[in-house]
Amino acid sequence: MAIRKPELRGKPVVLSAKERNRVVITAASPEAEKEGLFPGMVVADARALLPELIVVEDKAGRETRLLQGLGEWCIRWTPVTAVDGAGGSDGAGGSGAGGSGGTGSPAASGTPGAPERPDGLILDVSGCAHLWGGEEPYLKEILRRLRAIGYHVRGAMADTMLAAWAVARYGKGYPIVAVDGQAAALGALPCQALRIEPATAERLQQLGLARIDQFISMPRGALRRRFGAHLLHRLDQALGNAEESLTPVCPVEAFTERLPCLEPIQTRTGIEIALQRLLNQLCGRLQQEGKGLRTAVFKGYRVDGKMESIGISTTRATHQANHLFALFEIRLATIEPALGIELFVLEAPKVEDAAAAQTTLWSGSAGLEDNGLAALLDRLAGKFGTGVIHRYLPEERYWPERSFREATDLREMPTTAWSTDRPRPIQLLPHPEPIQVTAPIPDYPPMLFRYKGVLHKTAKADGPERIEREWWTDPGPHRDYYTVEDEAGGRYWLFRSGHYRDDHSPQWFIHGFFA
Amino acid sequence: MTANRELIRQLQEELLPLQGFRPPTAGARVDMGLGPVAAAFPRGEFPTGAVHELLSASPEDGAATGGFVAALLAPLMRDGGICLWIGTRRTVFPPALKRFGIEPHKLVFVDLAREKDAIWAMEEALKCEGLAAVVGEIRDLDFTASRKLQLAVEKSRVTGFLVRHQPRSLGTVAAVARWRISGLASEPEGELPGVGFPRWKVELLRVRNGRPGEWIAEWNNEMGFKTIDHEQTICIPLFPASQNRLVGHPQTGAAG
Repeated sequence: MAIRKPELRGKPVVLSAKERNRVVITAASPEAEKEGLFPGMVVADARALLPELIVVEDKAGRETRLLQGLGEWCIRWTPVTAVDGAGGSDGAGGSGAGGSGGTGSPAASGTPGAPERPDGLILDVSGCAHLWGGEEPYLKEILRRLRAIGYHVRGAMADTMLAAWAVARYGKGYPIVAVDGQAAALGALPCQALRIEPATAERLQQLGLARIDQFISMPRGALRRRFGAHLLHRLDQALGNAEESLTPVCPVEAFTERLPCLEPIQTRTGIEIALQRLLNQLCGRLQQEGKGLRTAVFKGYRVDGKMESIGISTTRATHQANHLFALFEIRLATIEPALGIELFVLEAPKVEDAAAAQTTLWSGSAGLEDNGLAALLDRLAGKFGTGVIHRYLPEERYWPERSFREATDLREMPTTAWSTDRPRPIQLLPHPEPIQVTAPIPDYPPMLFRYKGVLHKTAKADGPERIEREWWTDPGPHRDYYTVEDEAGGRYWLFRSGHYRDDHSPQWFIHGFFA
Repeated sequence: MTANRELIRQLQEELLPLQGFRPPTAGARVDMGLGPVAAAFPRGEFPTGAVHELLSASPEDGAATGGFVAALLAPLMRDGGICLWIGTRRTVFPPALKRFGIEPHKLVFVDLAREKDAIWAMEEALKCEGLAAVVGEIRDLDFTASRKLQLAVEKSRVTGFLVRHQPRSLGTVAAVARWRISGLASEPEGELPGVGFPRWKVELLRVRNGRPGEWIAEWNNEMGFKTIDHEQTICIPLFPASQNRLVGHPQTGAAG
């Protein structure tokens, strides 16, 4: 809040929201808390206590959005970041180490029964710390950067998520918990640090078990009887005996390559080099595993916290770096480096098995399997969008507009044959256009017809071919089609819509031109 | 005298490749079934690996041109080749192409919004060696653009068809031939009533190093082309003014 509006800095500020016809405080700045205000207090009371209080209306989901954004920003340090309190607790997924930076007040102290407000970020930093020269410099750097932006953050690092959570919020000593040192690190912390329900914590305190080391070694059966299974589960999670999962801000794709940059990249040449390197790495991996990508996203994380991305898709699974580079190149100009990009990520969300590229023995056309064709279509789709490319397959339906359907991809082959038993015009108008005719009844072709102001005299005609409407999907009159040749040699496809009836004669239409 | 004639013939042979008439590689020769029409071209064969320009003025002629192009595509696509059909206002009805010997699913249609994009797409497509042919329904293009298409096919040996419906101007276009196809009244088969096989007037208005001419051709679904009548070979002077005009089209005054 204070980052967006510098004039609020150093003043007591609270966020307020309506709750059961009262306006209550949902969050308070450190200055306001010093004056004795706390979340859950009614704003009117707070105003009485502190007349100069600044009240800002809270918007639902504000923290989640903020943390989501911060989480995306934190992807520069590790691919797996999650918003604390937002994720569910089901599903498996171990975390080797967790670092947790809590923003704002150290603990979520909402009113009992109210859902916990998300107030932290969890980063899975397994295998990342050594890139920044060890755990301590790594954590320091993360906290330094976040504090530089203006957030009040605390951080900790531990083997389990819950231990990191506890130390970040309640710890007073060294923030990095040694390997298998969770029990020792948690011992001195209050029981709330186990993230248990406030009622359980209250009961523990009433019994004098305020610190974790006072009950951590008690018999499990006794603890379960008195405080329920939840406490035991939390203890197990903290000690690494039970799994805790997180829901990453950005799901990590299996095929992802990352390229952090020492200096922010601003030039197009730099971006191209980064893309080329990422593509080579990714394509090498794909090739080894016999796969090819269908879609790829190239992302650039900027210094100012924004993310630029471009995506491509291919008609066939491919792992040819040159071709993919050419596809990206069309869009590359849309990336705005602004002050510079410090991390490039290349993801392949859609990967398929790719047959090893065969080199054709002779230079004849390889049909739909041709690599050149796939590359060409990718280029066209990249420039104009995938909607411009169409390929059609036969459909066993008589209604002319529905006698074919669009193929889903290049490999799809017709399941029925294209029929040739009925005359069909080479040019079909997008919509039938009405014409004026002179036609003898009951079912003869017109002798004369007028189309776009020109009078055509019928010389020869075939028909009628009656095509019934597909009444189960669209009701309406049937069509009686005639192939008509006029005296000038033009051949037309005309139809009469519906039956002749006593009171009116049906409308005639032109629907196409024969070769 | 005979020595001179021989020399001229040799020079002409040498000039042909420079003008986009390269002899097809062995095994790549395609019989288009055009019969006497092919004799109008140098070496007496329909030039593949080149760009052909086809003009049409009315929707009826457009349909006739579409049929003629489809009939030419069939032999080019015979061994499983793929054709790209690029245009801005496509009206071709895919199921009808089967009657001209094409598997319609072997055609890939590219529908673009602007003529400029269509020209770009056609150039890119003509560079792609894996294609059998490329059809571009492009109304107008300037000489430079057509020259680019020509250069692309000289390298890739893909056959291109530039279908120009109601062109606004008929300036010089770097194409190997300029055709005009118009519909003719069909002839009934034997005693059968009704509409017969499609019949067209095939005009070769301009052909590089060949003899322009005019024929009547009929397309039979089973037998392919049947050239009914070799009406006449028009011997026109080198650059007649009338060559740049599309007869009966009001907008051709701006040609040239």
